[in-house]
Amino acid sequence: MSHSAPHIHTPDGTIEVISRALGKHMFSIEEANDEVAVHIHRDALVDCMVQLRDECEYQQLMEIAGVDWPDRDPRFEIVYCLLSITKNHRIRVHLTTNEDRPVPSVTGIWPVAGWLEREVFDMYGVLFSGNADLRRILTDYGFSGHPQRKDFPLSGYVELRYSEEEKRVKYEPVQLAQDFRNFDFLSPWEGADYVLPGDEKAGEGAAKGTSPPPTPKTTDSATQTGAGKAANKEAVKRSVRKPKATGDKA
Amino acid sequence: MSMQQDLAPTTGDEVIQNYTINFGPQHPAAHGVLRLVMELDGEIVERLDPHIGLLHRGTEKLIEYKTYLQALPYFDRLDYASPMAMEHSYVLAVEKLLDLEVPLRAQYLRVLFAELTRIKNHTLNIAHHIIDVGAMTPPLWLYEIREDIMAFYERASGARMHAAWFRPGGVHQDVPLKLLTDIAEWLDDRMPRLFEDAMSLVVDNRIFKQRNVDIAIVSKEDAIKWGFSGPMIRGAGIPWDIRKSQPYDVYDRMEFDIPVGTRGDCYDRFMVRVEEVRQSVRIIKQCLQQMPEGPVCSDDRKVAPPKRAEMKQSMEALIHHFKLYTEGFKVPAGSVYVATESPKGEFGVYLVADGSNKPYRCKIRPTAFSHLQAMDFMTRGHMLADTTAILGALDIVFGECDR
Repeated sequence: MSHSAPHIHTPDGTIEVISRALGKHMFSIEEANDEVAVHIHRDALVDCMVQLRDECEYQQLMEIAGVDWPDRDPRFEIVYCLLSITKNHRIRVHLTTNEDRPVPSVTGIWPVAGWLEREVFDMYGVLFSGNADLRRILTDYGFSGHPQRKDFPLSGYVELRYSEEEKRVKYEPVQLAQDFRNFDFLSPWEGADYVLPGDEKAGEGAAKGTSPPPTPKTTDSATQTGAGKAANKEAVKRSVRKPKATGDKA
Repeated sequence: MSMQQDLAPTTGDEVIQNYTINFGPQHPAAHGVLRLVMELDGEIVERLDPHIGLLHRGTEKLIEYKTYLQALPYFDRLDYASPMAMEHSYVLAVEKLLDLEVPLRAQYLRVLFAELTRIKNHTLNIAHHIIDVGAMTPPLWLYEIREDIMAFYERASGARMHAAWFRPGGVHQDVPLKLLTDIAEWLDDRMPRLFEDAMSLVVDNRIFKQRNVDIAIVSKEDAIKWGFSGPMIRGAGIPWDIRKSQPYDVYDRMEFDIPVGTRGDCYDRFMVRVEEVRQSVRIIKQCLQQMPEGPVCSDDRKVAPPKRAEMKQSMEALIHHFKLYTEGFKVPAGSVYVATESPKGEFGVYLVADGSNKPYRCKIRPTAFSHLQAMDFMTRGHMLADTTAILGALDIVFGECDR
């Protein structure tokens, strides 16, 4: 181990113990970056969590994180970070869902899940069935939309200010003096999936087969450089003509 | 605090109604922008609903649009009472994904400043807890300590609060020559004098104990169920400290004790913090004794920028500098959850990388979320005046809670 992040030792056989406890509810279990991640089915969440808490000694739920993958189906990934303070070990439990399919709430197992689920609901619009208090938590009163989704713009849709005329806080559409500048640093030589500016016609010609492949210009011999007697004559002509022209004017 | 006057019972009334009051969002004891909707039966709190999010700035969303290095200063602005502790989790998460080795001196410097930050945070919290229950002199002395630490911050990083000094690969710059000796002198003389003087006024004070002992008792089971961490779980009597159990940087070389509470009340949580300050002093002294000479940042030029002097001579260094400060470095795809022992508890970062130069997702686990949520059951049945003591012992900073 060369990095100096918190050292978590996974005891031998941990993966087998968890696999046995979760049985058929589990899709896969993997160990990457020194961390154990379990992928389970959404509907079996509560059973799995009870097993993990009681059989495998993961007593604490530390965090519920949502991740949005717009290209995947189902779109949202929910990650539960569990901590065992007796075994001194952490695991993550992953499941997937979309906005129509609610995830069973784990508030019955850990009351701390109440706010954590509210935050995921607020940020992603994922519903949790069984959470009695699924209100928005971090966003404004009366906010609409789910800001952590990848299709939600960084600037949001509304801004508010205090209106001196109306003596109240007003909501207005966002107006920025300058657009947010998001630079694309992906190298065009490493698989950018867009056409380079000014390079739009490159693909067309090649497809039709009309334009021949460009012949690279080489200068293997002195004649190919463009220098030599002919070029010297040309240069002399020009240099002679110019002073003449100025002389006439004078 | 606004009160619906027409509902308040007058003398001689037989029927007493429950009434609801707003505590905050503008209240000196609310420690920021907290709005507590409290249902009171006389002066007894029946129910309490914290409304948070008034300081939500979309930090996690912003981080997704920034390179890994540009995202770092956002962490200073989360818990502005302990900025370097916030950076610590983030840089360790990035280093874990990169599997990057950090030079030993940088690890010592990080631990040293993480512990200074702990003192800084705890003196602020202890001071505010004391103010909330009515004393004035000790906080003034504790603020002296805080001010000294901010001066150390400035000498190391150039900024009093928002340091951005921890970087993936080490720290930004080496400390000035005299800083370490000054810290050692300060620890030997000025700091303990101020701290112990202030504590001598509070710890055995009868009024202070009346306001804190047996207030908001949390059992071990509750502390686990509600996801407590840091001084809150230790106050409940569970000796759990990530610095000991899952050591990071050079914490495995340090000798220190973990204080635990016996009753799980506000006084225990307060005393745990007081003792942690003394333990932090021990750790800093060990850092100062053991700190080796050497580089303070990784020499992996694909992650850490070259020295300025090197750039005057080397074309390659110049290119690396340009690339790192425009494009940034790329982090291999994967996901990690890295949690460190911040002064307030377990501060975690769940970082998802997709192989590009920007984090795909950076979920921040705030310490305040679980603690503030538990305030409802901790406050039930206590007097209205106790809420300030309970809130003071929770140690909440809204920059971190709301993100």
